[in-house]
Amino acid sequence: MASTEKKANTINPQKTSKKHKREDIVSEYVLETRNLGITFGGLKAVQDVNLKIKKNQIYGLIGPNGAGKTTVFNLLTGVYQPTTGAFYLNGKDLTGLRQDKINHKGIARTFQNIRLFNNMTVVRNVMVGLQNQPEYKCSLFESIFLLPRHFKVEKKMRARAKEILKIFGLEDERNNFACNLPYGKQRKLEIARALATNPKLLLLDEPAAGMNPNETEDLVNTIKYIRDNFDMTILLIEHDMKFVSGLCDEITVLNFGTVLTEGNTKEALNNPDVIKAYIGG
Amino acid sequence: MTFVKRYLSLAIIGTFTVIMAIMGFVGLPFSTVELLEKIAIAIILAVSLNMVVGFLGELSLGHAGFMCVGAYVGGKVAVLLSQSLGGTHIVTVILALVLGGSVAAGCGFIVGLPALRLRGDYLAIVTLAFGEIVKNIFENVQFFGGQTGLRSPQFIGKNRFIVFIIGFVLVLLTLFVIQNVVRSKHGRAITAIRDNEIAAKSMGINVTKYKLMGFVISAVFAGLAGALYSFTQSNIQAQTFDYNYSIEILVIVVLGGMTINGSIISAVLITFLNIFLQKNLGGSFAIAKDIIYAVVLILLVIYRNAPALKSFREKYNFQALWRKIFKRKHNPAKVKDDAARWDVVPTKIEMNEVLSTDVVIDKTGDNSADVGERGGNK
Amino acid sequence: MEFLNTFINGLSVGGVYAMIALGYTMVYGIAKMLNFAHGDIIMVGAYMIVLFLPINPIVAIIAAIVLCALLGIFIEKIAYKPLRGASPLAVLITAIGVSYLLQSLAQAIAGPTTYHPNPLEKLFPKFMGEPTYGIIKIGAFQIKLSTLITLICVALVMIGLTLFVKKTKIGRAMVAVSEDKGAAQLMGINVNNIIMITFAIGSSLAALASVLTTFESASVETTMGSLPGIKAFTAAVIGGIGSIPGAMIGGIILGLVECFAQAFPRIAPYTVAIEFSLLIIVLLVKPTGILGKKRREKV
Repeated sequence: MASTEKKANTINPQKTSKKHKREDIVSEYVLETRNLGITFGGLKAVQDVNLKIKKNQIYGLIGPNGAGKTTVFNLLTGVYQPTTGAFYLNGKDLTGLRQDKINHKGIARTFQNIRLFNNMTVVRNVMVGLQNQPEYKCSLFESIFLLPRHFKVEKKMRARAKEILKIFGLEDERNNFACNLPYGKQRKLEIARALATNPKLLLLDEPAAGMNPNETEDLVNTIKYIRDNFDMTILLIEHDMKFVSGLCDEITVLNFGTVLTEGNTKEALNNPDVIKAYIGG
Repeated sequence: MTFVKRYLSLAIIGTFTVIMAIMGFVGLPFSTVELLEKIAIAIILAVSLNMVVGFLGELSLGHAGFMCVGAYVGGKVAVLLSQSLGGTHIVTVILALVLGGSVAAGCGFIVGLPALRLRGDYLAIVTLAFGEIVKNIFENVQFFGGQTGLRSPQFIGKNRFIVFIIGFVLVLLTLFVIQNVVRSKHGRAITAIRDNEIAAKSMGINVTKYKLMGFVISAVFAGLAGALYSFTQSNIQAQTFDYNYSIEILVIVVLGGMTINGSIISAVLITFLNIFLQKNLGGSFAIAKDIIYAVVLILLVIYRNAPALKSFREKYNFQALWRKIFKRKHNPAKVKDDAARWDVVPTKIEMNEVLSTDVVIDKTGDNSADVGERGGNK
Repeated sequence: MEFLNTFINGLSVGGVYAMIALGYTMVYGIAKMLNFAHGDIIMVGAYMIVLFLPINPIVAIIAAIVLCALLGIFIEKIAYKPLRGASPLAVLITAIGVSYLLQSLAQAIAGPTTYHPNPLEKLFPKFMGEPTYGIIKIGAFQIKLSTLITLICVALVMIGLTLFVKKTKIGRAMVAVSEDKGAAQLMGINVNNIIMITFAIGSSLAALASVLTTFESASVETTMGSLPGIKAFTAAVIGGIGSIPGAMIGGIILGLVECFAQAFPRIAPYTVAIEFSLLIIVLLVKPTGILGKKRREKV
């Protein structure tokens, strides 16, 4: 097990043989993927994933360990370039774009192993998320010579960051270092930071991992609040089935990099194949 | 109030400069002027290197290389212009500084390019290599004087004190620019890249742009320091800017705790002690000074970083002493908005190469698709 | 013929670099640190030769190697061990401090005099003197005795070290520690001992390198270790740091480039620039060096 994992780490994804030509499509879905797949040196890590996520949906992506869920997230955020297929955000083809460009187009994510800016305060973590929005534009020149816009933008950013933190109940922690927060709050801060980039689609990688039932309950409410108040579409990976069935309208189940089943959460979870994949045998 | 606090160092150095300028008119001893020049150069170098090491989190071992570029280009410009304008003409000074700084900036851009592709420790050796290349080229190009070095128009005699005034004006400029960059959204992006590059990318930060920005800003001021240096010397030797010089600056920055104010303090202290002891210790004591410096350096780093001494450090340190004297309450989680614990800042030298005896070229290594991807075995 | 002589010279210069580079690579691979003081061990080794040469050349060589190995262990125990687990930057600065310390101690003890000890002259006084001056001639082909010895030594060290790491228990333990210190400890490997042995081997190789340079009548002074140290580090990085054959390849490439560059008067002054440019080019093409392995961070 350890050796195969190492192998997957050392081998890079093969470059797309022919450069993908981006073509926009007409799509009623916020996120649509078509035959999305990636090969790591002969190993088909993910293949033929076709997700269709409607606006304001909370969509679940589940599957046993090593099924390729996080790889799908990495494909959707440009960490890996897909070897096959393409994905579209509101019909716009984003395949092959750089990570930061994909974020600008409207996909934000959190990470399975929390990745905060540990040596920065909570409020600054969120302010980094706000960086690229047009209303906070301020050139390097303006910042260096302290032109009025610099102060205006800083003030606006800070106020906005505080607002976002308030939703997550983190406004009292805003001047603490991110690494000093307890685990549950770090998870929340990661979501807050992703939200600050003003995405159209939010990808949450195991948001409830390591939380106690109370915190999970709280998180369910927060995610619903985000969907309703930010007009957000959310795709999440989770192992907690109670969490998934309580939150997701539809799910896709992955196993060995392929789609096992998809559709309504209840039906998909009761699918015998899914139970078999989880329990084994 | 925060505004006052933010520019406290600037205010102090500004006041100091004014006082010294007034004293300069009265007449300062030559040794004091020389010392002040050296301190000004050290501060500029340390603060600008801190931009790369402390804020961008990349290790640079070639800072003296940028200084070398600035010194030769600035010095040559001054030589050429002084023939028509005179050595102390304001245009000469400004053009020499501007050109020295901009050529160094170009070099910073070139050195920054590999930073997009290489991991920290490899980048460190590239910066070291850059410094040696620059030195080697300048000491052999005839246009810049070749082996004999570049003769520069020295600001001799009564006018010498103007140089340190220029120096401290440059120090103020350096502090002003770097502080403002660091405390703007651009600085936040740079520190975000330092803290977690992958997360920074996913937050939509253009890593290429900000890394290059960090390197270029750092190089500009090193170049300015070089041009300033060329004003203080009658003859510029490329040998001065070897990697030992770069390392000296790095030591200043690290001992300063990789903060701006810390860099200033340690630059002043180390330069002062160095020159003071050099003057006042003769013969074998001079060597004793080097030995003591080395031992103190080792002990200081071990004291500040050894994992075994962690609890001891937390109990007995400056902050604790401060709190004891002023009876302040201690809240480890709560810190000021603008502060940061730079002493625990991770510099991206990851060191995870594994010993091997394989004679196989790893073909997957040359994948240009993942520019800027950092290795690691998490 | 000129070409062949330059080539052989390059091999011998490169061999010395390779030997120093091996020390860098092993310490880097196992203790995960950039040992900036490694170059100064060369200097200490050369001074040991100066010190013990009047007694006996063989004693001097052995003393240099053994004392340097002990010095390496001592430095590791005093300066680096307390910092195990601290930030790599702290360890780097400490190594710089150790380098300063060794240089200033040497300055204090030996003074500013430059020495030219040559154990080879003492070992083979007849052959090194007139009329051969230590040059072996086979027809038009000629090779210096010192070069020949260097080549043989380098070849032996390379083979020996590779076999040591591959075949012996300690060597395999080294690889294990290099892969994962914690796991190796759990498997019952004494990590402290392994790191100590690594430093001993690295430092004795540096001492051997200094012995070989004194065969060529190098000037022994306090700063003599800096440039070879930096160049050997460059060689280790070119070959792929952490890789033992990589250090050899990198060292020999660097030695050849140096000797061929110096053979042309027009470009000879720019030798250093050429060597370091080579490093940058290699790294840009292959970011972890020729034999280096790429590791990816899991997202």
